[in-house]
Amino acid sequence: MIEFLDQFFILFKNWLVGFLPAGLQQLAALSLCVTTIILAFPLLFAVTVLLERKGLGRIQNRYGPNRVGWFGVLQPIADGVKSLTKEDIVPASADKAVHFLAPVLLVVVVFMGFAVLPMGRNMVLVDMDCGLLFFYSMSASAELSIFMAGWSSRNKYSLLGAMRAVAQMISYEVPLLMSSVPVVMMTGSLSLVKIVEAQAHYSYGFPHWYIFTPWGFAGFVMYAIATTAETNRSPFDLPEGESELVAGYHTEYSGFKFALFFLGEYLSMFSISGLGATLFLGGWSAPFSFLGWVPSWIWFFSKLMLSIVVFIWLRGTLPRLRQDQLMNFAWKFVLPLTLLNLMVAALWRFMGDGWLRWVVCLAILALAYVFMCRNGLRRGQIRPRRYRYAE
Amino acid sequence: MLGEGILKGLAETAKNFFASYVSKDRLTTVEYPEERIAPFEAARVFPFLVYDGDDWAAGLRCVSCQICEKECPPKCIFIEKSKDKKPDAQGKLQFYPARFEIDTSVCMSCQICVEVCPFDAIKMNAEFELATDDRFGGLLLDRKKLAKPNEYYHQIHATEAAGVDARLAEARAKAAKTTEAKPAGGGD
Repeated sequence: MIEFLDQFFILFKNWLVGFLPAGLQQLAALSLCVTTIILAFPLLFAVTVLLERKGLGRIQNRYGPNRVGWFGVLQPIADGVKSLTKEDIVPASADKAVHFLAPVLLVVVVFMGFAVLPMGRNMVLVDMDCGLLFFYSMSASAELSIFMAGWSSRNKYSLLGAMRAVAQMISYEVPLLMSSVPVVMMTGSLSLVKIVEAQAHYSYGFPHWYIFTPWGFAGFVMYAIATTAETNRSPFDLPEGESELVAGYHTEYSGFKFALFFLGEYLSMFSISGLGATLFLGGWSAPFSFLGWVPSWIWFFSKLMLSIVVFIWLRGTLPRLRQDQLMNFAWKFVLPLTLLNLMVAALWRFMGDGWLRWVVCLAILALAYVFMCRNGLRRGQIRPRRYRYAE
Repeated sequence: MLGEGILKGLAETAKNFFASYVSKDRLTTVEYPEERIAPFEAARVFPFLVYDGDDWAAGLRCVSCQICEKECPPKCIFIEKSKDKKPDAQGKLQFYPARFEIDTSVCMSCQICVEVCPFDAIKMNAEFELATDDRFGGLLLDRKKLAKPNEYYHQIHATEAAGVDARLAEARAKAAKTTEAKPAGGGD
């Protein structure tokens, strides 16, 4: 029964495909998986948008949407109908083809990332040997679509937003990659399935997730920072800073094209949270060995949703950074620490088992952090934000 | 230490999140169409015309002196003075506005008409639900729509209305005295 629940989706797929002639089976199985992904994540997106609006409301001591349906649960449907029925305006001087392609490309590229994510035991669309590389190349293509949107709109705000987005996303791409390299070093594989399998074993009931090691923890924190910037989420939402740039790169998008950008942004949040869970939080593996009976896909999706909750929480808490603060933070703080983390991971690997490597690795990371903070404070690179107009 | 402030902030927002489910007084939102807060006494939206007595047409305090029309900065008041005179609430013959219209789409709620009115005939209303699907006719308020009884004025601006009533009563008493003092004055 446990086995059945765990493999429910796989068995269901095999059962469905079994009705078809042998020649078509592989194709049908693939398109079935693709359809499931294309349906499941937008549904999750609808839930998340509601969750975000309610959560942010509560953080600000408001109710959030509570008019459509019972406690506002039908709000996503209302939003969807609204965005579908709105007029689709294309600026007269816009590059029509690129303007149209940009949101489509974004969504397509973001969906591609889900192909290599293991969402449960045996639940992966393609188990690529270079899964991680594929994922990153796809998420990097999102930058292109954002720049396409900004450039083709022929609007100064769009272009400024796109410039910001590209500068930010390329800057944070480096720490993002660097913070996940230690995982690859430890596992010895770029395949995400293998990375999860390497973490899904237990000693004394506790899992061997990478986050429970000094380099894994540091890597996870920096990965989280880089992903927030990568997905243009607050506090790194400069590309669409409402107070400065109207809406950033999607200023000239309305109706369903805007909805596609919105969808793309959330989907990239899901995929990158899923990757974070896969790399550091043991993917679909249970947090304790006695919980092993819970279906693996439940664990994957609960880890994913937990990351989303943290994203929302951060958005409700932090103010937006300034462009130079953002860049300084990426190049002068996160990147050096990720580079150091590579060394620490190597040290961890070659110091063998025992308590000594814990002490050494933790000490190096903690000292580096303290030193970076002190140094930054002394040189005035890091300081409390002061608002002259508020004094 | 770097990052300490972020943790403090996260704790604060988490506190807000959970406490808003527990303590009702954190949620200051008033769910408007169902719930309402009592309007403030100083609230003012657009002007209205005060009338005494029961009949709005007969009791209008306005004597059509057109000061407000001249003073109105955006020129949103239109008054047509009557040809004849009618007795007002005190029985004195006065001109009255044959037409008195305020275009609320132009009015900027500056209250200058109220300040300049020597007869306390025009006052600020506190009613704010003026949405209409007719943007010309619906926003142009005529004499009938503008006329509100003095009791209504007491209801929305109690202190101010009491002051106005006292002042009017005093002025009338004075006027009555002067007419008594020279009974054969005009021969009427």
